[in-house]
Amino acid sequence: MVKIALVSCGTEYSGVQKEIEKAANKFGAEIILPEIDLDYIDESYEKFGFSAQSSSLKLMIARAMAIVEGRSKPDAVFIATCFRCAEAALVRNEVRRFIQNNTRIPVVTYSFTERTKADELFIRMEALATTVTRRNILAREKQEGLTLGLDSGSTTTKAVLMENNKVIGTGWTSTKDIVESAKIAAAEAFGETDYKWDDVDGIGTTGYGRFTMGKEFGAELIQEELSVNAKGAVYLADCQKGEATVLDIGGMDNKVITVNNGIPDNFTMGGICAGASGRFLDMTSRRLDVDITQLGPLAVQGDWRNAMLNSYCIVFGIQDLVTTLAAGGSKADVAAAACHSVSEQVYEQQLQEIDIREPLIQVGGTSLISGLVEAVSDTLGGIDVIVPEYSQHIGAVGAALLVSGMGRRQDDK
Amino acid sequence: MVKIAIYPPNSLILADLLERKGHTPLVLQKQIRQKIKDPEIDSPPMNLTSDDPIKGLKYAAIEVPSGVRGRMSIIGPLIDEAEAAILVDGAPYGFGCVGCERTNELSIFLLRNKGIPVLELDYPTNQDETYVMVNKINEFADSLQENSGEE
Repeated sequence: MVKIALVSCGTEYSGVQKEIEKAANKFGAEIILPEIDLDYIDESYEKFGFSAQSSSLKLMIARAMAIVEGRSKPDAVFIATCFRCAEAALVRNEVRRFIQNNTRIPVVTYSFTERTKADELFIRMEALATTVTRRNILAREKQEGLTLGLDSGSTTTKAVLMENNKVIGTGWTSTKDIVESAKIAAAEAFGETDYKWDDVDGIGTTGYGRFTMGKEFGAELIQEELSVNAKGAVYLADCQKGEATVLDIGGMDNKVITVNNGIPDNFTMGGICAGASGRFLDMTSRRLDVDITQLGPLAVQGDWRNAMLNSYCIVFGIQDLVTTLAAGGSKADVAAAACHSVSEQVYEQQLQEIDIREPLIQVGGTSLISGLVEAVSDTLGGIDVIVPEYSQHIGAVGAALLVSGMGRRQDDK
Repeated sequence: MVKIAIYPPNSLILADLLERKGHTPLVLQKQIRQKIKDPEIDSPPMNLTSDDPIKGLKYAAIEVPSGVRGRMSIIGPLIDEAEAAILVDGAPYGFGCVGCERTNELSIFLLRNKGIPVLELDYPTNQDETYVMVNKINEFADSLQENSGEE
């Protein structure tokens, strides 16, 4: 069983302890608390150098120290503190950095509220468990045979058909009924080839609808999108060796994943403020009455400094947009400001938590919005951002790649 | 006899000193025990649920972290009941601890402003200071006894 060490402050008093344990148990993992004695707490936080006032945070530091010093030997670490606590936010970040700099144990951080439920933690716990237990799958570098990858996202459903290490068909439709949308996307992918459902060797599913699709189609691989997207991104960008960072600004949440030799070793997943999501850009394009595919080129022509939309909230962001347009602001400036706002907020909420390793590979549907890619590069001091071919189908490509070698459908016939 | 809030609110030593003088120490352990015994609740280790931080809103606003509000939902009622208080500053973990310093700051503030007799002490660093501390607590406890007797 995968042992996930809980390094936290406030989980019991927030009533979320049970939710964390429930999320871990769902993926065959067990939450453990690194055991330490009282003297070790003083010794640890003095050695660590951060003199937090809260003794729970001192305890948290000592638990991190116990992991780094090998007194406790977990397979993965889940670091969690109360949302809004400034002192905890500081300690959470430093403890994460400390564990990452001194061990190779995968770490996930999270700031919770009393409303945090196990469902919101599933993807993080699954990704932690995956990086520990399924390294052999994640090590796959080449796609073989004929495989189908299905990615049911919050906004769109994607399908990719791959054969002998090449994408031969793609499909894309908006997500409505999970299974029907997957069938539509898959039909589109098959339509570009002479193959049919019966010809595939294996099916891999990912995204929010992965379990429903996996059950319906009898998938050989059902996998959360953090590890799948990371794998798909380094594969398409030809960065399977060495380090890279994958950024996926999604319709509902954002993922930042650092990868080493194709295996994710750290990730953060946002989802508290919709103003920092692809959904905000979707709403912006509707309000500007331009197709989402035209939002990027329009943004490139504008200057974000002429329109400030940098609210953390999607409703207030749109309110800013409305007042800017009402005051005579240009569509191009508003489009640029919307892209800049999303990139800035993704940076503030997530990217600054991660030690960005170049190259940065941007994927997901939003990577096709050129203005957003440019804004991300600007926000990060002008670094090169790679947008690989098929970046909008990243999850489906990753699923098709990872499931290859697992499917035996043709042999069974 | 007087109900005395203590800080740290889970200090066994303070609770014992006051019980010996016949007072009622208001301690966290009793509150938590009620939670653990309640068969309706299942959220270990302390059986606090997501409803508890909402109850804590009485003491701390919505923008305060949930862990502080959850703690206040347990400690707050003790402060409400308090007729006197003993606050020990700079105590190590072994003396009693509720972990979150923001909760400690708020609880001590509420006790200081309640208009009840309050004894504030620094945690002793040697044997002599320990004698002084215990004597001060005993004197404080005796004075409360006299006052309550007068009433």
